[in-house]
Amino acid sequence: MTQLHPVALKVNEVSYQRQVEARLLLSDFLRHELGLTGTHVGCEHGVCGACTILFDGQSMRSCLIFAVQANGHSIMTVEGLASAHSGRMEEGLHPLQQAFWEAHGLQCGYCTPGILMTMIPFLEQNPNPTEDEIRHALSGNLCRCTGYQHIVDAVKLAAEKMR
Amino acid sequence: MKPAPFEYKAPDSIEETLTLLRADGSDAKLLAGGQSLVPAMNFRVVQPGILIDLNRVGELNYLRQENQDLRIGAMTRERRLEFDPLIPKWFPLLAEAMPHVAHPQIRNRGTLGGSLANADPAAELPVIMLALEARLKACSARGERWVDAHDFFSGMFTTDLAPDEMLVEILLPAMQPYTGWSFMEVAPRAGDYALMGVAALVTLDENGVCKQARLVYLNAGDGPVDAKDAASILKGQIPGDNTIEAAADSASQKEINPFGNIHASADFQRHLARVLTRKALKQAVTRASQDHLQ
Repeated sequence: MTQLHPVALKVNEVSYQRQVEARLLLSDFLRHELGLTGTHVGCEHGVCGACTILFDGQSMRSCLIFAVQANGHSIMTVEGLASAHSGRMEEGLHPLQQAFWEAHGLQCGYCTPGILMTMIPFLEQNPNPTEDEIRHALSGNLCRCTGYQHIVDAVKLAAEKMR
Repeated sequence: MKPAPFEYKAPDSIEETLTLLRADGSDAKLLAGGQSLVPAMNFRVVQPGILIDLNRVGELNYLRQENQDLRIGAMTRERRLEFDPLIPKWFPLLAEAMPHVAHPQIRNRGTLGGSLANADPAAELPVIMLALEARLKACSARGERWVDAHDFFSGMFTTDLAPDEMLVEILLPAMQPYTGWSFMEVAPRAGDYALMGVAALVTLDENGVCKQARLVYLNAGDGPVDAKDAASILKGQIPGDNTIEAAADSASQKEINPFGNIHASADFQRHLARVLTRKALKQAVTRASQDHLQ
């Protein structure tokens, strides 16, 4: 009989309680238990960055954390971005999302949620980043559609919008 | 689900952890930051019967200076080593290496103790600990002991820790005055595993003569490789171009033992080691002429 463990956590400021198997990854928990499918899974071993979320405000790979470890912690996913900025979902996009739209920072969009969640704390800590700093900060997120030029442009534009 | 089933324990003290290890050490794995263990579990390469999660053991998370030594709890996140102002001031070699340790998202979760206990020959932190002559404190229900970094890494992904032991603290003795440092590596992309890397330390006396030197390499053998012959070539000399070339030759051609992989042949790794040694030693010598604490 599989043992279940209680998990009580906040995701995008909403409290949830679930019983989970210890081996359930946080990425799968967000997607399958909570239905928050904005967090994408790519490689599922910590290389691609698609599943990046904020764990107590810091960017981390949700495929390398067990859901049970999030007990008592606060998570933010891409679904929380717009409302974190405006307080209301219907107010539109976070300036970072808006910048990705305007600068064509995505094609298929699979890697985008992970990139956005990586760039949120990066831009908070580096409001005026150089291109080198942006490229270094993006190094843990893979995009297979394009080169990275438009993504870098989008982050630069976002930095302007968020200053 | 990706990982195979396991029994999950989340102790909140060292004492409780040691009790669990005493009972089930050989079937248990300690989970630190999980940035290497969880990928291996996702592939089912590693299937522990019991997973002991250290993330609630708050007493393992600290970084403090005592006298001039630095004491670091094993569960201290790599991010803290990257950003704590004590590190660039007192251990600039470690500060220089930190941005090369995987990606920011990994450093936010990964821990110093986890990286050392994992003992990946391609990892930066074991190399830096060896170069800085770190001492590591291992605890078990039987007691505690200190191990020199030199004796801690015993082979590929293998350490001196017994199944019932855990790494608790890392002690970095203060760097000598007038010690220059350099860390350099070559990786296909920032944050990827490096094809080759070197940590160099050079201590000069008032006449510019090398009192002490150390060269440690990553991805150059079964674990961090300490090129002792290269260091003794430098000792007693004013390290000019010829001496540096002789040290680079010894380290890259005789002392390291790179395996080669799909990204780089062993010959190319030796070539990288030679070039990196040359550049790192020059930088370390330049830096050594100024005391790092002034």
